[in-house]
Amino acid sequence: MAGLSLLDWALDGVLALLLLWLAWRALSTPALFRAVVLFIAFGLVLALVWARLFAVDVALAEMAIGAGVTGALLLAALVRLAPPIGRGRAHGRNGERDGA
Amino acid sequence: MMLRPRTDRQAGPASSARADKGLPPAARALLVLALLAVFAGLVLAVLSLSEPAPGLAAAVDERIDESGVSHPVTAVLLNFRGYDTLLELVVLVLAVMGAWSVGRARGCAGNVPGPLLRQLPRLMAPLMVLVAGYLLWVGAHAPGGAFQAGSLLGGVGILLCLSGYPLPGWANGPALRVSAVLGVAVFAALGVVAALLPGGAPLDWPPAQAKTLILTIELAAMLSIGVVLAALFAGGRP
Repeated sequence: MAGLSLLDWALDGVLALLLLWLAWRALSTPALFRAVVLFIAFGLVLALVWARLFAVDVALAEMAIGAGVTGALLLAALVRLAPPIGRGRAHGRNGERDGA
Repeated sequence: MMLRPRTDRQAGPASSARADKGLPPAARALLVLALLAVFAGLVLAVLSLSEPAPGLAAAVDERIDESGVSHPVTAVLLNFRGYDTLLELVVLVLAVMGAWSVGRARGCAGNVPGPLLRQLPRLMAPLMVLVAGYLLWVGAHAPGGAFQAGSLLGGVGILLCLSGYPLPGWANGPALRVSAVLGVAVFAALGVVAALLPGGAPLDWPPAQAKTLILTIELAAMLSIGVVLAALFAGGRP
């Protein structure tokens, strides 16, 4: 039993440190794309933390909304912020016409 | 109970990641000190929490039989604190109205994926819809529910958009708008009906019909959440 709890402590400690490190990296990195990817990784680790806290509902929501959908939204916003790619914008006009 | 505020709050730091670029070192050191102080305060607060956590868990357990479901989180979200969930659905609709009022969507037809991404949704999308349905159903007695299932549906929409499958024309008009507000409409309408029953109150489900009502609301809410999240990703009026 003591061994198990030691393992638990180690796992929780690694998760907590990883979470703090990812949060710090996501905030401090100057490259926006890298920051978004770190944020998604942060969300996935946070979902593991919620699961460890027996909050499976929150873990599911964090995984799907916090990491998945928010990450996709941030990446989409990033594409819109960066005109050098160019491809997206040109195709966007086509898309609008198709959608209308 | 705490699902949405927490995920909302996380969107902030990452999006303002560049806000502190160019601060002088002294200000930066001060900022780090202030953050460490907040961190220490939080650690102290956690350590001083009373051991049997004060909360409403006992009250929920006591009345869970009247809620129509056996999973306490779903019971709280859809029955005991239905107003919160209803207003969260309203917030989602408001968000999509805000996004739509800013401009037109870029559309998904222009995304030209590689062959792998082109084929991936053929495998993934049906599976994801199936899992969303499972999460919705299992939410009655285990972790799951409308928000998780709906965000999975939203993920299906995002995947389809990214891999260049646009919405068919018929789905882009009123059908899209109706399905975005369906969750709020069904929830509010059933809530009003519950108030009109003898001895009823708004959003107070009669225990005998509670499970059916909750599943109906969750089904509509799941659809709306999926549509809203995918629409937010598309990022503008269709």
